[in-house]
Amino acid sequence: MQAAGGLDKQFNKAMLWYWGRRGVALALVLLIFYSYWQNPQLTTGMLNAMLRQSTPLVLGALCGMLGERSGIINIGIEGQMLLAAFVGFMVAATTRSLIAGVVAGVLMGAILGLFLAFMAVSLKMDQIIGGTVINILALGLTSFFYQANQTIPGKLPIISLGPLADIPLIGSVLFRNPPITYLALILVFVVHYALFYTRWGLRTRAVGEHPRAADTVGINVYRLRYMNVIIGGAMAGVAGVFLSLESVGSFERAMTNGRGFVALAVMIFGRWTPLGAWGAALLFGFANALQTQLQFGGSLQIPYQFIGMLPYVLTIVVLAGFVGRSRPPAAVGQPYETE
Amino acid sequence: MAEKGSPIVLEARGLTKRFPSVIANDQVDLFLRRGEILALLGENGAGKSTLMNMLYGLYHPDEGEIWIKGEKIALKSPGDAIARGVGMVHQHFQLVPVMTVAENVMLGSETTRRWGMLDARAAARRIRNLSQQYGLQVDPEAVVEDLPVGAQQRVEIIKALYRQADILILDEPTAVLTPQEANELFRIMRDLTARGVSIIFITHKLKEVLAVADRIGVLRRGRVVGTTDPKTATEASLAEMMVGRQVLLRVEKDDAKPGRPILQLNDLRVNDDRGHQAVKGLSLELYAGEILGVAGVEGNGQRELVEALTGLRPLAGGTVLIDGQDTTHFTPRQITELGVAHIPEDREKHGLVMPHPISDNMVLNRYYQPPYARHGVMQQEKIIADGEKLVQKFDVRTPSVRNTASSLSGGNKQKVIVAREFSHPTKLLIAAQPTRGIDVGSIEFIHKQLITQRDDGVAVLLVSAELDEILSLADRVAVLFDGRVVKQLPIEEATRERVGLLMAGSTEA
Repeated sequence: MQAAGGLDKQFNKAMLWYWGRRGVALALVLLIFYSYWQNPQLTTGMLNAMLRQSTPLVLGALCGMLGERSGIINIGIEGQMLLAAFVGFMVAATTRSLIAGVVAGVLMGAILGLFLAFMAVSLKMDQIIGGTVINILALGLTSFFYQANQTIPGKLPIISLGPLADIPLIGSVLFRNPPITYLALILVFVVHYALFYTRWGLRTRAVGEHPRAADTVGINVYRLRYMNVIIGGAMAGVAGVFLSLESVGSFERAMTNGRGFVALAVMIFGRWTPLGAWGAALLFGFANALQTQLQFGGSLQIPYQFIGMLPYVLTIVVLAGFVGRSRPPAAVGQPYETE
Repeated sequence: MAEKGSPIVLEARGLTKRFPSVIANDQVDLFLRRGEILALLGENGAGKSTLMNMLYGLYHPDEGEIWIKGEKIALKSPGDAIARGVGMVHQHFQLVPVMTVAENVMLGSETTRRWGMLDARAAARRIRNLSQQYGLQVDPEAVVEDLPVGAQQRVEIIKALYRQADILILDEPTAVLTPQEANELFRIMRDLTARGVSIIFITHKLKEVLAVADRIGVLRRGRVVGTTDPKTATEASLAEMMVGRQVLLRVEKDDAKPGRPILQLNDLRVNDDRGHQAVKGLSLELYAGEILGVAGVEGNGQRELVEALTGLRPLAGGTVLIDGQDTTHFTPRQITELGVAHIPEDREKHGLVMPHPISDNMVLNRYYQPPYARHGVMQQEKIIADGEKLVQKFDVRTPSVRNTASSLSGGNKQKVIVAREFSHPTKLLIAAQPTRGIDVGSIEFIHKQLITQRDDGVAVLLVSAELDEILSLADRVAVLFDGRVVKQLPIEEATRERVGLLMAGSTEA
């Protein structure tokens, strides 16, 4: 009887969760339509800003997720983004080619991924220290080599997807974006599918949960961890060049501004799933967009410093409320020894 | 059952494996015939697991050869062994708890469509076929962490069969099973051998070996000291081969003379790490001068019970009285000072500070009091002098008390804990798995100590997963199932079969 009661309770909880989520989604959609009806320009502007603000966060979260799903904590996302943003910018400035800049930045991210994997997997270093090394290294290198008065030939341009872009509201938000914003959207779905429906994903999750079990069935734990952290680094690299070549169009000192750490919060809030992280990134993106809107468009009588806090307060709330509740991969942070 | 002339499918020739401080395997020769069950017997630390890990490609031998089906092979990784039909069920299951049975079974040998896409349906179909063919009940869609250990073991066996293993290594498979579940496993093993699968069965339980093996190999200190036939061997002869001298299989003791109640538990409720209730309304009384054995399959609330009693885990409900005093909200130190000794389940994590000297570990429960500390300063001379006395008295084998606790063997570590806990006035002793993973000599010693304490009027709560240990030491047995005491029995009425059934949740026995 007791067991049946427990099941009932679980079932009710699942139903509540299911309908609760749908209810919230529906309410959000209605809210968007209502505000579009009231002020179409402001609404599209806000949604657009939300999407663009969420892009580096979701890419960073994917980077962290690939690492943690395979058992490696990557706290160096911030540094990976920053150095990639810098290298991308410098290469674009010297070669006068944005494409070359993007490629160089992504490569830089991957190299830093390799560096982290080497410290965490081969040297079995404490992974928090490994990540911190990358953060400090990136901040130091970019500040030292930074040169003022460098310019790049424009920014990555907005690409309109033909007739799709002409749909009211949806078209201008989803189908009129620069390339990396599209890429991030595609990556969310690709990584989600790969993680849960392919051999690579199954093995990655196994290595992050119970590396010994994976080892005993002939899976190379080290190689898989290297692969994941390097691919993750490349994604952080994409986030970096998004900042310097797509969003801002130049490089500034410490321009990542904590996004690499917010990305970790996004990853946790999204329960280590790409789709979840995307939702979380949109929420943070919205907080950012709102913050900008209130600061510059606003007639509100609140000091701008408080409004500027919004995304960071959200991070603290999310981390305090969710970290304990969702379950990270079991073997995260532990170096694996074969013998 | 295998014929004498069946071909040899697996052979080890002169296998040697050295670890930094010890030779785990020394010139081991071993062979396995097609369709037989070879039982490999040995104490903890005799080198059984090392040997099997070499045959499975997890460790690499320093010397010697491995022949599989007439071919000499250098196994680089488990993948090589799997490819040649060797499957292994590890002592600690190698299953990913949060994944489904199907995901666990196919991991590493995935059934895929193009681009590495998993074909979960095809895998589930194959698992159902295997499960029918060999009478191994499992549901491919179930999540592993929700399954009882018996079912997890079946998943492990299916995992090997899924890879078409015809040589199966079972490493201490019965350690976590009730006697009834073990019998079911033996039926499955015989079924498998009838279909031509060859099995190496590792254990240190003598009864099981005699029940199921076609041939017995005995390992001692890394060497094969002999092989024997189960038809002619007896428990005593096997024990002697295993240890190298005669062993008392039964502990000698007088009848208990129970005194006043020392431990009274009333409707105790304790949560586990995940916040689920693990102890669900448990009531017990324990009297001075008796040993109460708590029997049960691991994971039925034993750990939470012990941690609650010693103050390491807060209660979710109920009360604890120790010698009439309500200790429900006491700290571990207050409880210790009442006269409670605790031998924790995990001696390396909770019993000792591994990088500290043995002498410091000997005073962990009273280092802050005189004569070991004066005005907050530790009195090293006194600590070392007393440590040396205890090392003598409890026969801890170490060159010096200044050596770290981590330098000791398992049995000697346990002796340090016992020495510490017994060297202050004790009313209640809580011993959790006190002999797990230690050598027979140390086991004998610790068992004698428990009896001595009992005879001195201490109330002993013995929590053990080894049913034999409980049956030979306890004066009363309480069987734990799903966080409750399902039955309390005087030792005369506690037969293996009856306790086994109770451990599996039956309330009829």
